[in-house]
Amino acid sequence: MSDARDRIMDRLQRARARRGADDAAAHAAVDGRLAARTRGPIPARAQLDPAAQVDLFVAMAEEQAATVTRVAGSDDVPAAVAAYLKAHNLPPRLRIAPDAAIEALPWAAQPLLSVAAGRAEADDEVSLTGAFAGIAETGTLMLHSGPAGPTTLNFLPETHMVVLRADQVVGAYEDAWDRTRAAARAAGREGALPRTVNFITGPSRTADIEQTIQLGAHGPRRLHIVLVEDGAGDGS
Amino acid sequence: MESTAHAFKDNARAAVADPQLKRALAHVKTGFIGKRAKAVARLPEFEALRDAARDIKDHTLDHLDLYLERYEARVAATGGQVHWCADGAAARAAVLEICQRAGAKTVTKGKSMIAEEIALNEHLEANGITPVETDLGEYIIQLRHEPPSHIIAPAVHLTKDLIEADFRARHMDLPPGRSLEEPRELVDEARQVLRRRFLEADVGITGANFLIAETGSSVIVTNEGNGDLTQVLPRVHIVVASLEKVVPTLEDVSTILRVLARSATGQEFSTYTTISTGPRRPEDPDGPDEYHVILLDNGRSAMLGNEFRDVLRCIRCGACMNHCPVYHAIGGHAYGWVYPGPIGAVLTPALIGIEEAGNLPNASTFCGRCEAVCPMRIPLPRMMRHWREREFERHLTPAAARGGLRLWAFLARRPALYGLATRLAIGALGWAGRRAGRFRSLPLAGGWTRHRDLPAPEGRTFRDAWAARDRGGAS
Amino acid sequence: MSESDSIETPRVGLFVTCLVDLFRPSVGFATVKLLEDAGCRVQVPRAQTCCGQPAYNSGDRTDARALARQTIAAFEGFDYTVAPSGSCAAMLRVHYPALLEDDPAWHDRARALAARTYELTAFLVDVRGVAGLHARHGGTVTYHDSCSGLRELGIHDQPRALLGGIEGLTLTELPDADICCGFGGAFCVKYPEISNAMVGEKAACVVGSGAQTLLAGDLGCLMNMAGKLKRAGATVRARHVAEVLAGMTETPAIGDGADD
Repeated sequence: MSDARDRIMDRLQRARARRGADDAAAHAAVDGRLAARTRGPIPARAQLDPAAQVDLFVAMAEEQAATVTRVAGSDDVPAAVAAYLKAHNLPPRLRIAPDAAIEALPWAAQPLLSVAAGRAEADDEVSLTGAFAGIAETGTLMLHSGPAGPTTLNFLPETHMVVLRADQVVGAYEDAWDRTRAAARAAGREGALPRTVNFITGPSRTADIEQTIQLGAHGPRRLHIVLVEDGAGDGS
Repeated sequence: MESTAHAFKDNARAAVADPQLKRALAHVKTGFIGKRAKAVARLPEFEALRDAARDIKDHTLDHLDLYLERYEARVAATGGQVHWCADGAAARAAVLEICQRAGAKTVTKGKSMIAEEIALNEHLEANGITPVETDLGEYIIQLRHEPPSHIIAPAVHLTKDLIEADFRARHMDLPPGRSLEEPRELVDEARQVLRRRFLEADVGITGANFLIAETGSSVIVTNEGNGDLTQVLPRVHIVVASLEKVVPTLEDVSTILRVLARSATGQEFSTYTTISTGPRRPEDPDGPDEYHVILLDNGRSAMLGNEFRDVLRCIRCGACMNHCPVYHAIGGHAYGWVYPGPIGAVLTPALIGIEEAGNLPNASTFCGRCEAVCPMRIPLPRMMRHWREREFERHLTPAAARGGLRLWAFLARRPALYGLATRLAIGALGWAGRRAGRFRSLPLAGGWTRHRDLPAPEGRTFRDAWAARDRGGAS
Repeated sequence: MSESDSIETPRVGLFVTCLVDLFRPSVGFATVKLLEDAGCRVQVPRAQTCCGQPAYNSGDRTDARALARQTIAAFEGFDYTVAPSGSCAAMLRVHYPALLEDDPAWHDRARALAARTYELTAFLVDVRGVAGLHARHGGTVTYHDSCSGLRELGIHDQPRALLGGIEGLTLTELPDADICCGFGGAFCVKYPEISNAMVGEKAACVVGSGAQTLLAGDLGCLMNMAGKLKRAGATVRARHVAEVLAGMTETPAIGDGADD
């Protein structure tokens, strides 16, 4: 195997040498680019003020067939969830992420809802997770895998519900990456990414049958976002 | 994948006469083209992003060995393993070894053109392992034992009725009287059938749209979520990727992602864009225990040093074939191998040889629509012309064509002789066609007159008529 | 948007193109009239034959370079070179410099010619600032955008602007005007079934437009489309746009005989 690596690298190095670039300069250019993390052109629509950003996030998410309920505070989340399940004739059974903030929501106020935390099991119909960020430019959620965020919750159930705080909404993907790096640094894991970073924009879909869009191909058929407004506009 | 590219002319002839194919391809013309145009119109920064994306790839290709070194180091640091493979045989062997060590019986697969390129499925099957395609389009063609006909919509050549017939024939344990009229019902059935396969798979194999050097990550882009179920449920996750897929940073991949979905399907962003880094962490509730990257060369390193280098910028969006009038006429299978359309016309000869794939870069009018829509600004017609130059140098051009062209050039380089020869030929032709004004048939012009009339010349050349007018100053 | 043109009566070398020279000289004469009406003095260098596209696009760089040198030499000394063809003008403007890039003796000369070379309608509108023409044309026409002119030279608005100024003429937009007609030089005889499929689509669009006359700026495209329209029994006439712009439509339309 390393024999193959050597031969391939040798060909690549010779191609680079033929272009005449100085070797030390090449190393410097690569190290420099990796360190600088320079952004490309950022769309203007990803550079709005926070309140406008949240509105754009909602509009773009809805355009991609996600649904959004806006609530004033996190205490309102369980009621919003219960109302959604009822409105869509879904069973009152939730698999929630083992996320302290989500587990601490006032679920007791919805006694008819049966709530269990963990990774998704094959017969779970509805999941509820948090998110790491919402990206306004395309109405996209960013979710990180981890003890509080099993990836299976995002894909196995037919209905995926996400609790997103307004202060988690950023404008551009690059802003979400900056926050990701900051979170890793704060946790003492400089430069590390979780096993899976999911960008999710609306529910699963396919156009493989005669180019007509059908939702719910393999992933969730429904994506519902409960957007919690407290903290919106203060930029935190 | 076995190539039928040498039979391109026969393939194309059969394809243009296929009414079912024509009906199916109509969706390509109306769907993808309009949607891309809408998405582009909506993003004022689109052209600037195309330039930035091209520059990122060019910079990376200029330093490819250095970025791959850093990429590999990060993969190892995050608990993954990179397997360097010079060609398809090595890649197949590497995948098989990993699967056998895992005791795999079934393997789920996300869509991967590299896996097609190296004929992975056949190899696994020959060794007693069952690969299950999970992208709906790939699943459908797997049932039909057909190759993909488009790089992002593999079953685009099929109509709903054909798919219904296949499902009825292959999903034997479902009630025969069930309704499968509507696309909705077909999708639901595929979801149901494949869900079981996802859950029981021992190994998941995905491709990669990008590899990120900064973090040692692989990126997949899907709309169905099948790639995600493939890479989160099984114990082992294998990524198969060609080595030019690497980009430097998370910012760089973000720039390129902005032009990918818009160019491919006209979506602002794909439903699922997933960045995977290593196996599960010890504290993760789900995820694979092993993460392997099969890093494939298979001709890319050679292209880095020649006139086809720009093609290595390709991000597999499919915009070129969506806009190509030749692809609209013949579909993807006629190209005979993994990559159809304009990208196929350039890449296929590079990977399987110009002797086998010589027709592909010739079957183009150089209309330039592909280059106009390529998000990475790959000069596809120029690349096809380079192949024609190689064929001409090596006398691979058919003798009659070569002879005719050399004769024309011989005359054209000698204006006086050209004037004489054309005066005679055009005079005769003009006289023969003077009444009807056109020819329904003409010796030596069968290629033209089989399908259309040939307008007759006026009979005197412009140069002669101009000289006759006695205007001075001609040099 | 016309270039600042300080030359009162520019000397224009007409690159007539092999197809116009051999098949339809009336297009050449219409071109001369338009150029003269726009205040140019037109000359036709004898040493021109073919721009070299057939050789170039078949991979024969040797002959293509030889023809490039021949053409460059023949057209030196003019203020402008004008061709009634987007593909030939693009060959001179875009591809000659690339073809002779590694030839120090000829590269600068190629670039100099390229800078002075124009397709006909682009020259009239962008360089000479022609706004109105004296021609009349009763009836509906539709315009096909030939690929090289459109994508290599950006020709789209100019012919439409000129046609818009013609009294009596109604211009109806051709559906899918920017899709290739299937000519592609040798392509149409090397891959006849594919070419036929493409020109069949194009002919259907032309007939569907309801126009009486089809116009374009490239004779290769026009012969391909006219040939298909005739074989299909359509009544649409095909002409080079120069013929209508110059008001010179006495010659039978492309593919029409004396009887048509």
